[in-house]
Amino acid sequence: MSLLDYFRASKTSSASLAKERLQILVAYERSSDSQPAYLPELQKELLMVIQKYVNVNKDAMTINLEQTGNRETLELNIVLPDPHRV
Amino acid sequence: MARIIVVTSGKGGVGKTTTSAAISMGLAKKGHKTVVIDFDVGLRNLDLIMGCERRVVYDIINVINGEAALNQALIKDKNCNLLSILPASQTRNKDALTLEGVEKILEELAKEFKYIVCDSPAGIETGAHLAMYFADDAFVVTNPEVSSVRDSDRMLGLLASKSRRAERGEEPIKEYLLLSRYSPERVRSGEMLSLSDVQDILSLHLLGVIPESKSVLTSSNAGTPVILDEKSDAGQAYADIVARYLGENRPQRFIDDKNGFFRKLFGGK
Repeated sequence: MSLLDYFRASKTSSASLAKERLQILVAYERSSDSQPAYLPELQKELLMVIQKYVNVNKDAMTINLEQTGNRETLELNIVLPDPHRV
Repeated sequence: MARIIVVTSGKGGVGKTTTSAAISMGLAKKGHKTVVIDFDVGLRNLDLIMGCERRVVYDIINVINGEAALNQALIKDKNCNLLSILPASQTRNKDALTLEGVEKILEELAKEFKYIVCDSPAGIETGAHLAMYFADDAFVVTNPEVSSVRDSDRMLGLLASKSRRAERGEEPIKEYLLLSRYSPERVRSGEMLSLSDVQDILSLHLLGVIPESKSVLTSSNAGTPVILDEKSDAGQAYADIVARYLGENRPQRFIDDKNGFFRKLFGGK
């Protein structure tokens, strides 16, 4: 490590900040790009059906479509409210 | 068999037209019959960079609409007789370009030329879509800067899904990275994304790094592709890029900064 490096290390490099921000953003955009266009709409309608019977809020549901080889899996995750508290 | 190269980036101002002009001239100088097409209908600029703006009579839209024959619209380059330019229209809008029209032009050009270089407009609309749709190879021009890298990644997604090769399920478009406006000094001081930072995100085959260079502006002022300025670093970078694309093995340059004396003094490597 040189003398210059010592001074350089003392301030956070803006390039590393840029890289970190980019990596997060690009990963997110790639995953949303690969989703079919109907997924958000499907999620909305499913939520409406479930809400007819159970009192769940919007954040309690996640939907995910995964592709492994020839098989596509639609994964639906709903966190039901605690029955004792209702 | 002709090879169609699209020069693309998504973001504007990163050096697509500079690159299109340089590599098409480079390919022609290497003895390959080459044509470069401006797809930026309404905002044409390739003619200016190539220095043929006063010789434009007909343009690509005239050819598509049947108002002129293809060889009437083609302009022979003044520096190299193996290079031709097909200008964009300045008066119409981008929707004047049609898929069928472009396909027909490319088919006709493929009979005569070895390389067809498509200079894409910025953005992801009709002009950009048609510039890349028929491509065999994509030169993705990226600046070491967040918005440019993000847009390049978006373009890679489109190349993989919205091209003819993708739709037909053929071998995908070959994608190459051209990292332009690179400043090793600023990378070293931590101000600029480095080549490896960009590669960590895009992971493309690197065709070359083009350093930030004064000669790009002076060449465009004069209307000569920067590759003809053989003494300039940017000109040499483009010459390397063309040679590597054609299969020559040339070591990468312009990645490390030049002032080795001070770096040695302070222990840099």
